[in-house]
Amino acid sequence: MWHKSVVFFEVEILDAKTKDKLCFLDKVEPNATIGEIKSMFHKSHPQWYPARQSIRLDPKGKSLKDEDVLQHLPVGTTATFYFRDLGAQISWVTVFLTEYTGPLVIYLMFYFRVPFIYAPKYDFTTSKHWVVHLACMCHSFHYVKRLLETLFVHRFSHGTMPLRNIFKNCTYYWGFAAWMAYYINHPLYTPPIYGEQQIRLALIVFLFCQIGNFSIHVALRNLRPPGSKTRKIPYPTKNPFTWIFLLVSCPNYTYELGSWLGFTLMTQCLPVAFFTLVGFIQMTVWAKGKHRSYLKEFRDYPPLRSPILPFVL
Amino acid sequence: MASSEDDGTVEEKENNNKKRTKSAVATAWLTFYNIAMTAGWLVLAMAMMRFYIQKGTHKGLYRSIARTLKFFQTFALVEVGHCAIGIVRTSVIVTGVQVCSRIFMVWFITNSIRQIQSEESVILFLVVWTMTEITRYSYYTFSLLHHLPYFIKWARYNLFIILYPLGVIGELMTIYAALPFVRRSGMYSMRLPNMYNVSFDYYYCLIIVMLSYIPLFPQLYFHMLRQRRRVLHGEVIVEKDD
Repeated sequence: MWHKSVVFFEVEILDAKTKDKLCFLDKVEPNATIGEIKSMFHKSHPQWYPARQSIRLDPKGKSLKDEDVLQHLPVGTTATFYFRDLGAQISWVTVFLTEYTGPLVIYLMFYFRVPFIYAPKYDFTTSKHWVVHLACMCHSFHYVKRLLETLFVHRFSHGTMPLRNIFKNCTYYWGFAAWMAYYINHPLYTPPIYGEQQIRLALIVFLFCQIGNFSIHVALRNLRPPGSKTRKIPYPTKNPFTWIFLLVSCPNYTYELGSWLGFTLMTQCLPVAFFTLVGFIQMTVWAKGKHRSYLKEFRDYPPLRSPILPFVL
Repeated sequence: MASSEDDGTVEEKENNNKKRTKSAVATAWLTFYNIAMTAGWLVLAMAMMRFYIQKGTHKGLYRSIARTLKFFQTFALVEVGHCAIGIVRTSVIVTGVQVCSRIFMVWFITNSIRQIQSEESVILFLVVWTMTEITRYSYYTFSLLHHLPYFIKWARYNLFIILYPLGVIGELMTIYAALPFVRRSGMYSMRLPNMYNVSFDYYYCLIIVMLSYIPLFPQLYFHMLRQRRRVLHGEVIVEKDD
């Protein structure tokens, strides 16, 4: 039998803005993680569940990660942390499922010409253009794919996001879906100018990019072991659709852009083009951010890569 | 509101010099710009007064100043650029919304719908805009020259209390007066079927624009009120940071 002398820590948590003492924890294990401290804090303040707690060393500093260990932080045996309420949180999975189910259902309502959308004589009729049926299949396939990926493929590094995001995101996705679907399924819809050639090319582009997008999602998932939040540089695999990693940091966005360009070409519908443009702008912002954080985190990051468009953007 | 995270990098002397020349150029440009805009709106004000004194009526007043108004109001678009590149510390969005609503009123309502150009509401918002802009641009000019008379500061942060709502009333009344002409002419509208598979009804668009004043106007008004409290009374306002 041998003794191990353990130095217990004391943890005090202050409000980052008012500096009020919110909580005092004594006899905290030195190898306790921030996540565990958040659970302890939650016990004394049940309205602040761990997901909405931001714990930092400095009132204006960055949030500490849940995995950070107490004794490895630059604190004395009495650690002072600052707390900020992140507001009501909602899980990423919930947000994704809600924002993707909307477009799926809404588009189908326009496709089947549910009453009160078009003139009553068109209720429950179907379009005479076969491209309209094809478009419905593609659009539905796209969102079913997204839902399945959310449930079975994606590994999220953040568990939650602020609650208000769900309203913002759903307005965007649901609003645009309704706007697009209204025109594509309209009785006065005009099919593409170059007819079958245009539609065939568009379909090939769309399917190619859907497979590509899925391949990237699988490749990114395989980078990260289950339950972990580690980040590694993605590299091309045996799947040819992943070879684009040689030129681009976020090929999932590149393929997504391609899919929507294909859908725009297929439907020849200005609202779809507009949705593609807005999505492209947002994805470029995200891709540039991701690219920058890759460069910061990995010194040996491949220099040939661009954020979203090879050599261009 | 931009918050900067200082990561403590030390600026090289060369960078400092580059920054100083850049901000000297920026200051020179901004001073020239604000003097020019003050002069432009003064010219507009005098032209309006001269017309009314000579003709005794407001009918035809808009047509007489239309070209000058279009020039100076459209030129104000560069202010969005100023905010974007950072030589003016104001939100791009706030400036963008204000300038765009002006451009919209000038080009898409008053300029394109002749029948409403003799409405009294047009004169109302023109007078309001002229007073507001002369005060605003002379305020900026004097601030840049570090020689701000108190009465200009007072005018900028007090006149808006009356002028802003009056201007909104003038604009809304003008749009409302334009509605029947828009409907009848079908201007700026696109109907189905067409090869772009889109439709646009300018009439309903205008109704939405009028409704959007309801959420937008209070936000801009209270933004100005907060600025006023800070500038005139030195109150420290704790902004809600996200």
